[in-house]
This record gives sequence, C-alpha cells and structure tokens, in this order.
Amino acid sequence: MSLTSEQGSLTGMASRFVEQLTQCRKLKLKVLEASGKKVLMELPYDAQLVGYPDTGVIHGGVITTLMDTASGCAVVCSIFDKFQLLEISPTLDLRVDYMKPAEPHKPVYGFAECYKLSSSVAFTRAIAYQDSIDNPIAHAVGSFMRISPEMVGEEFRLALMGEADDNA
Amino acid sequence: MHDEPKSAVGIEQDDSAHDETGKLDVKSIVKKAKELNDFGHLLEHVPYAKFIGMAVERFGDELVFKLPAKDDNIGNPILPALHGGVIAGFMEMSAIVQLMVFMQTSKVPKVVDFSIDYLRAGYHKDSFAECKITRQGRRVANVNINCWQTNRKHLIATARAHFLID
Repeated sequence: MSLTSEQGSLTGMASRFVEQLTQCRKLKLKVLEASGKKVLMELPYDAQLVGYPDTGVIHGGVITTLMDTASGCAVVCSIFDKFQLLEISPTLDLRVDYMKPAEPHKPVYGFAECYKLSSSVAFTRAIAYQDSIDNPIAHAVGSFMRISPEMVGEEFRLALMGEADDNA
Repeated sequence: MHDEPKSAVGIEQDDSAHDETGKLDVKSIVKKAKELNDFGHLLEHVPYAKFIGMAVERFGDELVFKLPAKDDNIGNPILPALHGGVIAGFMEMSAIVQLMVFMQTSKVPKVVDFSIDYLRAGYHKDSFAECKITRQGRRVANVNINCWQTNRKHLIATARAHFLID
C-alpha cells in the first residue's frame, strides 16, 4: 500500500474542492496537505479582510470561514478515503471559540479533523493558528449532514477528480 | 448643515474618524452615525464588511442588516448557495454593529465565541439579519442573531455569541 501517493491524490482532490468554492478563491485559501481525515489549509493575510481597523486584525468571520471550509474539506476527504465516494456535506452547526486575535500581516493556518463519521452525520474539530498549533487563535467543533453522492452532480464530481482539467 | 468646518484640502478624507494619534475613534464614528441616522457609516470603516458587501438600515429603534446577493460570496456552486462562513461572518459583524450602536462602546467589541446553527441552505439571493442583545454585563455581552432570506419566519441560520466589551 503506498500511503504517500494516496495522500498526494487526497491533497489534490482537497485543493480542487476548495478551488470550486467562489468565496474561498476570493480569500485565496490554499490546501497545504490532506490525508485520510485531516486537512491543513493556509489563509494569506489581506487588508480587505480586516475587521478591526484600529489594529489591522482580520475579522472573526474570516476565521469562521476558514474553519468551516477546513472542517467541510476534512469531511469530504474522510468520506472519499473510506468509501471512494464523493459527498458534499452541508454544515449543520459550528461553534468557534476565539482565544486571541490573529497577528496582522501573517498567514493563518487551519487544521481540521473529521474525528467521527457516522451513517448520517460527520463530526469535526479544527484549530486556527499562526506560529504554533499549541498557541491557537481559535478552536472549532462542528457537525455536518451527510447527503447522498448523487446530489454532487457530474460536473462538480469531474472537477473534484481532476478529470475536467484533463479534458480541457 | 454640517457643523464641522470642511478643510479645502482632503475633502475625501474623513478626519473626524481618527483621533490625534491617527487611530480610529470608534466613539465619534458611532456618534456621527447616530446623528446622520446612517449606520452604513460604521460599516464603511470595516474592510471585511465591504468585502462581503453588507449594509444596514434603521427602522425606528431596530436595525436590520442586509447582505445583498453577490457572486463572490458563494460556497456551494451546485445549488448555488452562500458559503456558510460568509453567513457566519455577516451575522457576527451584525452583532458587533448592534452592540456598538446600542451600548456606545468606545472600542470595537471582541468576539469570544460564536456558535451557529444552519437551518436551511442560504441561496444566491439577498439575506437579512437581526440581533437581540440577550444580556449585557460589565465585561461580556451575549447576543442572539437570526438570519433569513424570503421570509423572516423561515430562518436560514441562527447564532449566539459572546463579546468582550469595555
């Protein structure tokens, strides 16, 4: 079993998934790595995202978007890894605890894990950090509804599998 | 008539928003927004609010926040639907403005936690939000936020949050 090549393909699939989301393209979210059920993403600093103009700290909403995307992406990877199926799971709920503001002019990393996949719900936890994961900016837990793979749609499925690119 | 003198140069510059040190003077921005009865004035100073394109309107004592349909805010391209994070960011920003307007804060409230339940898909159309300050203590305020699209009774999301204030 070649773990590295499997991880490589999951990272590619996760990248294509995030690339399909318009808001994530606007935020320039990037998948650094995806394995079985874990995802690491990078959010670059951008002055457009500032929520506290007096300090230049980015808005909590951006952190929430990062956490939601990373968690959702971890669910997609987890389902794909387990069943070789594509499912797009909508968020049921998400709770984000903010420990400290993100330092301006530095990227924020989002690490998410789908720690339990049940037949109809996926459970996730995620951490946002800058210098060290042990010194988090925010922590999040979420749950996602699983929907049938038929709901994904052929065009989106091809885009995620990277087959649309090959034909282009 | 505006009572403040307008300088000949830099008319575009909103000098009243900054204090002597060049820092943003939140109190005077809130005061000015109240005088003009234009709370969009508050949002103009927040880049993220412009990024997602949100607006606010006052009806009597109530504020209703609006997030006009915008292609850039889409997450799920199949439906298409708004990105859940954008809905959350919109609701969080709404709560911040609600606190600033009704509590005359001198600083922008800081979010401590934010918990959102997604009840329906947020489609590619205008969304609205309203906030209720459930409890306001000396240091922390609790806010409930509801978000809907076509019908106020059919919420697409509901959230609760704590903010640090002072």
